[in-house]
Amino acid sequence: MKLRDSLILAAGSLLAVAGIAAPDSGVPGGTPSRAESKKKYTRPAAVPFPAENPFSKEKELLGRTLFFDPRLSGSRSIACSSCHNPAFSWGDGLPKAIGFGMKILGRRSPTILNSAWTELLFWDGRAESLEQQALGPIAAPGEMNQDLDSMVATIKGIQEYGPLFAQAFPQEAVSSNTVAKAIATFERTIVSGQAPFDEWIAGHEDAIPEDAKVGFDLFNGKAECSKCHTDWMFTDSGFHDIGLAGSDPGRAKHLHLAAMQNAFKTPTLRNVDRRAPYMHDGSEATLEQAVELYDQGGKERRPSLAPEIKPLHLTALEKKQLVAFLKTLTSQDTPVTIPVMPQ
Amino acid sequence: MSTMLRIVVGSILLASAGVCGDVVVDQKDRKFSKTEVTIKPGDTITFTNSDEVAHNVFSVTPGLEFEIHRQAPNERSTIAFPKEGVVEVRCSIHPRMKMIVTVKK
Repeated sequence: MKLRDSLILAAGSLLAVAGIAAPDSGVPGGTPSRAESKKKYTRPAAVPFPAENPFSKEKELLGRTLFFDPRLSGSRSIACSSCHNPAFSWGDGLPKAIGFGMKILGRRSPTILNSAWTELLFWDGRAESLEQQALGPIAAPGEMNQDLDSMVATIKGIQEYGPLFAQAFPQEAVSSNTVAKAIATFERTIVSGQAPFDEWIAGHEDAIPEDAKVGFDLFNGKAECSKCHTDWMFTDSGFHDIGLAGSDPGRAKHLHLAAMQNAFKTPTLRNVDRRAPYMHDGSEATLEQAVELYDQGGKERRPSLAPEIKPLHLTALEKKQLVAFLKTLTSQDTPVTIPVMPQ
Repeated sequence: MSTMLRIVVGSILLASAGVCGDVVVDQKDRKFSKTEVTIKPGDTITFTNSDEVAHNVFSVTPGLEFEIHRQAPNERSTIAFPKEGVVEVRCSIHPRMKMIVTVKK
């Protein structure tokens, strides 16, 4: 190592010990500077809607209504919002989802926050669009347990749905296709709001505390979180085996490649402190435990384990700083209004 | 002889001998450097990884399947495309990485 690099590293270590933010100069060929890292997290200007299902207010209203309507399920008691509850940051706050007949399912309910930017849906990526995803849980016997033809018949039998569909889809009859397009449109509007972190990225230096800024440096440096939790949503939308226990094949059930064994989609970290417990199986109760899991390099060593998962040797202070940073990603959003159900 | 001159001379000799060609596709910032490539049967593509994370390039296009398996940063892997066809290439770890390889005479 050159003398100049050694001096920069030594200076950086002293700053870290003093609890002072890392310098903006960074380390050549090593840890990125804070200024370089911050450039990667700018929010997009607009929500993307696909050409084949463009946004309309009428579709959004219909989709919102369908999303909260339990009559879409076979038992008439489970709505999309039962597992994707806005009060829990569009999850359900449970380690594992609960489906038809109160049966505990195999995985935690993922949030639908910011799903407009996600190409492959579900923990295992088995749906290629929100329109495809929207009907999956409705038809799944273990979840909402509803035959799609029966769902359409139920909706047609609710008189006040007629005008809502006519305004949203003037040229189309009520069908599972229009139900899916309406729900997908509504889901695309569910976007995490401006968080203190965004204010900091925008240049307001006092928007987040100093320990969170050091946590940000760790996130992009020593802790290597940003290798998978990338961009403004803090996800690469990719699939990784992070070394959790269990026999769930994950992505490999749908893509038969060795590297996909036990691999699950990287979740967004936006509003993450509102969505405990964590991981696809709900096995980590707190953010602190989740950080601990990564610090250990996962629990299971196996061929499919992602090479990015390895012991990090974080100090107790560094773990706290990481958690402090993660808490700055939470936005103070306007409470969600639940629509009155059509009769 | 300069490096550049040797490359040029080598390319001319290979082309005149009817030797198959190779296209280099880099992976950087979780993207392929090329999203569409047209090659001839028997040509190869060399995938390089300039990212700090592993990739896993593959195709499940019927009859034209291949998988590089996990490719660490700075590794390179060469894949031959012996048959005509349109090959959808992906990274299984990062599904936003997509590329189309057209193989035709």
